[in-house]
Amino acid sequence: MPEPGLTLERVTIHRGGRALVEISGHVAPGEVLTVMGPSGSGKSTLLSYIIGTLDPAFDAKGRVVLNDTDITDLAPEQRHVGILFQDELLFPHLSVGENLAFGLRASIRCRVERGRQIDAALDDIGLGGFCDRDPETLSGGQKARVALMRMLLSGPKALLLDEPFSRLDTERRDQVRSLVFDQARAKGLPVLLVTHDHTDAEAAGGRVHRLD
Amino acid sequence: MRKTGPSGTASRNRRGVSESCNTSSARARFLPWAPLLTLAIMVGPVVAGLLGTVAPAFGYMPALGGDGINLDAFVMLFDWPGITRASTLSVTTGIASTALSLLLVALICAAWSGSRAFRIIERMLSPLLSVPHAAAAFGLAFLIAPSGWIARATSPWFTGWDRPPDLLILQDPYGLSLIAGLVVKEVPFLLLMTLAALTQIRTKQARDTALALGYAPATAWFKTVFPRIYAQIRLPVFAVLAFSMTVVDVSLILGPTTPPTLAVQILRWMNDPDLSQRFLGSAAAVWQLTLVIGALILWRLGEIGVGHLGRRWVASGSRGGATRSFKAVSLTAAILSASAIVFGILGLLVWSFAGLWSFPDLLPGAFTAKTWMRHAMNLWPIITETLIIASVATLVALLLTIACLEAEERHGLRPGSRALWLLYVPLIVPQIAFLTGLQTLAIYTGIDGNRTAVIAIHVIFVLPYVFLSLADPFRAWDARYGHVARALGANCDGVLWRVRLPMLLRPILTAAAVGFAVSIGQFLPTLLAGAGRVQTLTTEAVALASGGDRRVISVYALSQTALALLPFALALFVPAIVWRNRKGLRHA
Repeated sequence: MPEPGLTLERVTIHRGGRALVEISGHVAPGEVLTVMGPSGSGKSTLLSYIIGTLDPAFDAKGRVVLNDTDITDLAPEQRHVGILFQDELLFPHLSVGENLAFGLRASIRCRVERGRQIDAALDDIGLGGFCDRDPETLSGGQKARVALMRMLLSGPKALLLDEPFSRLDTERRDQVRSLVFDQARAKGLPVLLVTHDHTDAEAAGGRVHRLD
Repeated sequence: MRKTGPSGTASRNRRGVSESCNTSSARARFLPWAPLLTLAIMVGPVVAGLLGTVAPAFGYMPALGGDGINLDAFVMLFDWPGITRASTLSVTTGIASTALSLLLVALICAAWSGSRAFRIIERMLSPLLSVPHAAAAFGLAFLIAPSGWIARATSPWFTGWDRPPDLLILQDPYGLSLIAGLVVKEVPFLLLMTLAALTQIRTKQARDTALALGYAPATAWFKTVFPRIYAQIRLPVFAVLAFSMTVVDVSLILGPTTPPTLAVQILRWMNDPDLSQRFLGSAAAVWQLTLVIGALILWRLGEIGVGHLGRRWVASGSRGGATRSFKAVSLTAAILSASAIVFGILGLLVWSFAGLWSFPDLLPGAFTAKTWMRHAMNLWPIITETLIIASVATLVALLLTIACLEAEERHGLRPGSRALWLLYVPLIVPQIAFLTGLQTLAIYTGIDGNRTAVIAIHVIFVLPYVFLSLADPFRAWDARYGHVARALGANCDGVLWRVRLPMLLRPILTAAAVGFAVSIGQFLPTLLAGAGRVQTLTTEAVALASGGDRRVISVYALSQTALALLPFALALFVPAIVWRNRKGLRHA
């Protein structure tokens, strides 16, 4: 049954014989599935499994299917799954523009075209003219927006969010949150959000899966 | 699961991208073999060298007509009149300088760790550490000699001397000046190792708890921190002990002469034109190795004894005191030790530009560049040779180290504590014990006496230092940067070259500088692998020691120091310039 979106088929993750995560589910394009649980419940572990960077110390089973393609055994860079962590993790050795260029698909070869797209992307997030800035000099909210845009430029087919709003103050949090969800909806991306914060879950507005 | 904080222990648990890395390219196929290759490069020559030493020691060396197995060489060795004295010197200078260095380092940390003075000490470490042993020894010699700066500064108003006194201060028969020369160089090394250990253990809480229980700061440190620190720095301490017992260059400059320390005597026998002396030299090298093993066992027993006493001291609950005198004594010792190097180098500088300089004038009557100009022509080819050897050896060591660390990351090949021991093998097995054997083996293979042989041998000694220097920052790197980069479409190599290595520029350059300085300082490996035909600044400077021309010695020793310091300056300034607009990397 072909079905666009992100599907988790009986994903279970064990460590040392103890089950951390058990989840099955489907996230349709533009939909948000929130996974909630206290710290240590394996929320982030689930995300590393989906992006393909799970530590071999974990024992994971189950399939991850994205738009009808089984990506469980693909290398992380071939999965086209974007992720945002609670730290922005902008590469500190690159400028803001170079960070975006790192994300921008390599299939766009022309330098002028790449530059144009990066400038346009900066305008989109209200950071026009920030191209040559040191990412470390940005505010928390600005960094979060650059991190989001860097990921969107890589052309992801799904979006994973690892408590990406928890380090922002309340005012910025609402702004960035709606920016992320609006972009995901506009691009028709399935979103998996892990958080321990109820307001995140409410703002996401989708179904909630609880881990314990 | 992490809650807060940009990087730290939690992120380390999430390492391991193992199965997901593409393994089709040739480079990717090589990577899993990197740790094994590196170990082979480091440990292989040591083992081969030891065999090459042991065989002739027991009479087996067909090239020189020895094809039986006998103890003749050992009989000759123990008939040599100097054997008792030379052996005793090796043991006493080794143990004394190691114990003194360790005590000094412990005192400095106990009294000062966490203070502002301590941060100044930390910053002085790298330059002090990079001064080659030979240059530091020459500097110290020119300070304490009867006609040295200390005698000049106190004459004639204090000492009454108007000519250099006839005292045997340098090369004294008890090896005291040799011990002093070793201590000033080993203190920075052990301090650096202690600092690295301090960052791994949470020492502040333990110490603060003890302070709250009414313990004096130094006592608190010795009772709560030192036992754990010592467990971490045991291998470096063993390396210092083995090195101090068998050092050749410092001993040629500061050590006794009739008889010299055992290691120096071995070198004489090995370099004797009469090739049959090699049996004797090999036997002596085996004996030297036995002495080192004996001293290491003795030291280990000492550790147990001290540990026992220490436990009783802790159980006694004595709070200690005398904080001020602790601080005063340790700071004085630290200053003395550091200024021995600083003023030593300054002394070399003055001597290298000195015109006529009569006793007891504190400074020369005239300064001139004559010595420098006269030796410039000879210096250039030697400097070039030194630079080539150090650069290639460092580059090889750096590539192997990065390959090992990356293999550890990608393939989960994490070294256990046994592997750490192997890393210390070239540092603990005395150079004189296995290099003599390697030289003997080289006679068969004909690979000695050229630059390649010297570089290959240097790599053995540069590698452990480069690895030890780079491993912690490499492993501490926040792996989530890699995960983000992979999710953005970069493959494993892309992450390494485009993200990880650029972010680690500063620690990589520092590791390279350490490796470079280690290579510059190598005396015995250069001499033996180069068969005396490859001239570096170190071999030339030490060869000048017996001539006693202070101006020429100063020119060579200073050039040697400058060459060793230069990469540290680069490691400091290059990242500062390249990352001048990158705040996030300024302190990385």
